[in-house]
Amino acid sequence: MNEPIHEFTTEVPHWRPRVKPIDLAHASAEQFDALKVTPSNTKVSDYVLVLANDVETLKVRTPLFNAIMYNRGGLSRAERELGAVAASIVNRCIYCAAVHSSRYNQLAKDETVMERIFADGVAARLDPRQSAILTFAAKLSQAPSRADESDMAALVEAGLDPSEVLDLILSAALFGWANRLMHTLGDPLPRDKEEA
Amino acid sequence: MSGIDANDVVLGEVGIEADSALRAVLETRADVLAMTQATHDAALRPADPGGLTHGERAALAARIARLNREEGLAAHYETMLREASPAPETARLADPAFKGAAGTRLAALASYTDLASLSPKDAGAEDIQSLKDAGIDDADIVRLAELNAFLAFQIRLVAGLRLMKGRGR
Repeated sequence: MNEPIHEFTTEVPHWRPRVKPIDLAHASAEQFDALKVTPSNTKVSDYVLVLANDVETLKVRTPLFNAIMYNRGGLSRAERELGAVAASIVNRCIYCAAVHSSRYNQLAKDETVMERIFADGVAARLDPRQSAILTFAAKLSQAPSRADESDMAALVEAGLDPSEVLDLILSAALFGWANRLMHTLGDPLPRDKEEA
Repeated sequence: MSGIDANDVVLGEVGIEADSALRAVLETRADVLAMTQATHDAALRPADPGGLTHGERAALAARIARLNREEGLAAHYETMLREASPAPETARLADPAFKGAAGTRLAALASYTDLASLSPKDAGAEDIQSLKDAGIDDADIVRLAELNAFLAFQIRLVAGLRLMKGRGR
């Protein structure tokens, strides 16, 4: 049987929705527009087809997501991924953690950071800058937020400038959002078994 | 050219002073702030609310703000709730102490919201099944999840910016 994965991994799982994805054959013009589906490009993930049930939110959420993770300047791409992983660890979103830890590894060309985080969680021993980022993002991800003045001071002492701090807040907060969709609306399954 | 909007809910809650260093940094991410506000409008007052009314959305948003001890945001959503002229029972959702009668739609909305807000790591398949059992259809489950997820983002953005503002003093 395809049992959901409960342990953190850098191998991106398959995602099985708990609610019905929309049927592209019956999609509205607004849904097609939000999905950016064209006759030549009809490959859309189940996750996005699930979110298309709320098309008005999806339409604005996709460009917002891309801006926070990929826009120019500010915090490095890899460190934004670290913020995303910190949130995903706190919220135990196995799928999000897999996608964004593997992106971190590609960008940073260093697998030891994620190995330590997966082994020891938010208490992982990292270099001072990584540690300040992980701690701040993880505490901001608690509900209510537990990030405080000392966590902010640690970011500044570790050398983050205000534009980098802002991007870290945005990436960690964005995964408070993404985790609550991915982790509540579906299950992460082993990919090979699913495809077998 | 000033990109950030004086009516932005997040900026209003944090209180961004003119000519402050924080404002200057936020101007560089004006597109993100504008899209955050657009998502607020889409999640709270969509043109097609489906089966989740504007009143229910505002009440749940006020509830989530309170669960996160964000009284300023809770007041903002209470205002939106009054503007929606909700049924009295719907308005009670804004109070985290109100759990609804077991098995009812309101109880299911409150229960999912409390879990997703405070302990999303503990959410499982049974929690989505409980929504279905209460008669909430799949599209409305997605709408409910997006509302909760957006609020989680907005509340953390406010909390983070408040810390940045404190640092600048």
